[in-house]
Amino acid sequence: MKLREVKEILDAEVIIGEDKLDLEVKTAFGADLMSDVLAFAKAGSLLLTGLTNDQVIRTADILDIAAIIMVRGKRPASEAIVLAKGLKIPILTTKYILFETAGRLYAKGIVGCLEKVDNASGRN
Amino acid sequence: MVVWKKLITPVDATDKTPYQRSFYVEGGNFTYAGIVSTSIKSILKQMGLPADVVRKAAIVSYESEINIVSYAKKGVIKLTVDSQTIQIEAIDEGPGIPNIDLAMQEGYSTADQKIREMGFGAGMGLCNIKNYSDTFNISSEIGKGAFLKMIIDRH
Ligand SMILES: Nc1ncnc2c1ncn2[C@@H]1O[C@H](COP(=O)(O)OP(=O)(O)OP(=O)(O)O)[C@@H](O)[C@H]1O
Ligand SMILES: [Mg+2]
Repeated sequence: MKLREVKEILDAEVIIGEDKLDLEVKTAFGADLMSDVLAFAKAGSLLLTGLTNDQVIRTADILDIAAIIMVRGKRPASEAIVLAKGLKIPILTTKYILFETAGRLYAKGIVGCLEKVDNASGRN
Repeated sequence: MVVWKKLITPVDATDKTPYQRSFYVEGGNFTYAGIVSTSIKSILKQMGLPADVVRKAAIVSYESEINIVSYAKKGVIKLTVDSQTIQIEAIDEGPGIPNIDLAMQEGYSTADQKIREMGFGAGMGLCNIKNYSDTFNISSEIGKGAFLKMIIDRH
């Protein structure tokens, strides 16, 4: 689906990337631990997170994340906004909690970057 | 743009003249943590390397950079690109890693509150580095620092 539709489903506000709402997305990953994101998130995915700092933006850039969805009404600090603008990474903020955000997107066809990990230690 | 062309041309020409560049990383300063890896990624992208290769290199560089910022006094990240591989070396001056086997274990972390607030400290970084590298070497001297070398095949 298009990022525009993600925005509508989540009743989200676009903080950066009004011009990128025609971007196609199919997968998402949700986490507040950056190394989990780095281990599992696929290029072109949505990143659902409660973190708002510079590191989230940098992590998204490193992984070619399509857009960051900040949940629970979180908003990036002004430095993070400048950074995301420079790196051209869209940021949306939604008032839904992480669980609801994921559930609403899943119900409309967005799937996880992976379904489950292969072993008990949490690695794929 | 002209500058980039000058830097990039030798890489694709032959491995007799590999592209090489070093970046300084300041320990403890989270303001710029990740900036080196962002640069490395954009250099590799502009070289026209495949996206999945660039991504792997960017990830291992980023995890190493965050570790230097988190645990060391200062360090250098060295990028080398030849006709076959991308090599990333992370060399730091700091406490070193007393028990490498332990540090390599998933979930082992000595990260403090400040690091955790940034979203790090899951104890997964070194595992990620190993998993995304085609060849991975780590060594350390206690009280001196840590040395990591990651090789990613270009093809
Ligand atoms: N360059 C370094 N110098 C000193 N100690 C290090 C260095 N890199 C890692 N360590 C030690 O090894 C541990 C594990 O590192 P690793 O990168 O795997 O996890 P982490 O940094 O704790 O969390 P994560 O990377 O998942 O955010 C660290 O907590 C730290 O104690
Ligand atoms: Mg780490």
